[in-house]
Amino acid sequence: MSASTNNLRSPLGRARGLGSAKEGLHHWWAQRVTAIALVPLTLWFIISVVRMASGRTDFGYWIDSPINAAAFIAFIAVAFHHGAIGMQVVLEDYVSSHGTRIASVLLVKLVCYALAALAIVSTLIVCLGG
Amino acid sequence: MVELSLPKNSKVQTGKHHAAPAGAKNVRKFKVYRYDPDTGANPRTDTYDVDMDTCGPMVLDALLKIKDEMDSTLALRRSCREGICGSCSMNIDGSNTLACLKPIEECKGEVKVYPLPHMPVVKDLVPDLTHIYAQLASIEPWLKTETPTPASGERLQSPEEREKLDGLWECILCFCCTTSCPSYWWNGDRYLGPAVLLQAARWINDSRDEATGERLDQLEDPFRLYRCHTIMNCTNTCPKGLNPAKAIGDIKKKMVERAG
Repeated sequence: MSASTNNLRSPLGRARGLGSAKEGLHHWWAQRVTAIALVPLTLWFIISVVRMASGRTDFGYWIDSPINAAAFIAFIAVAFHHGAIGMQVVLEDYVSSHGTRIASVLLVKLVCYALAALAIVSTLIVCLGG
Repeated sequence: MVELSLPKNSKVQTGKHHAAPAGAKNVRKFKVYRYDPDTGANPRTDTYDVDMDTCGPMVLDALLKIKDEMDSTLALRRSCREGICGSCSMNIDGSNTLACLKPIEECKGEVKVYPLPHMPVVKDLVPDLTHIYAQLASIEPWLKTETPTPASGERLQSPEEREKLDGLWECILCFCCTTSCPSYWWNGDRYLGPAVLLQAARWINDSRDEATGERLDQLEDPFRLYRCHTIMNCTNTCPKGLNPAKAIGDIKKKMVERAG
């Protein structure tokens, strides 16, 4: 924040910095849309787990339904995407060094999307191969 | 990485105690942040026992009484003493507000007075606002048009169009909001903060302005605009009762509106 003595750039020059990135809307909008989508998907998922846990249905039968399988894959994709872009915001907020910030955002996204891919492929194997 | 420790010389120490004049019956304690970068010493909090029987009702009255009668070395900004110049913004009793609008009666226990948070301190209660002023200049807070001025000399606006500026034009640029915002604390070098974004909204919402798109282009940035996470400290602390969080929300809505 404070002007360091070896930085003689004018205050306006510093405030303008590298200019506007001309992006951010898509990320912000995706966070809201995925959050709203997760409300019904999470409720549906919890209800399904409770029904399975109480023995009213079993997983094999449940996942055989194309509707359940599709919704489950949608839940996985939306939840991991929401998590990844949410974590990105947290890291951008708190990690001040540019290099560390870029690296940690990439790492978090790699982990989230790898887990999502693994979960979706596993679901497909159970659905199609089972 | 995250700054977990304070910079050198920033630990606040206990300072001097200035007793009330003999015979004072109605005494109130004021704990005031003091810092003088020229001395190289750590900041400290001095305690002043102020005789309330001879003091005005507002915190600014007490600070000026301290400066006039008890300790002339205290530095603070003030001008209008009626909440319109925005000079005496500071952190009183834990919240950012204007000293001239804050009744001493509303403060609990000893009255704690600090400069606006997370700003470099010039001296005592005077923060360095250079960067915020530069950020304000960067959004070009003036009417931008290409259409020549009409022969009448006036650019007309309907009462409905004018109404859209209510809640925006009243801002006095005291920066209580900006300096209360955690997002501004962490990323103030790039995030514009609530006061400057409210000013941006003031020009984006002006029906006479012809640079709305250009203004939105300049704001669409993960840091300049989207560091706002609707924490609402800005709205809670605004001494003029404005709603910067809503103004920022309106800018975000306009971004969505023009995208689809």
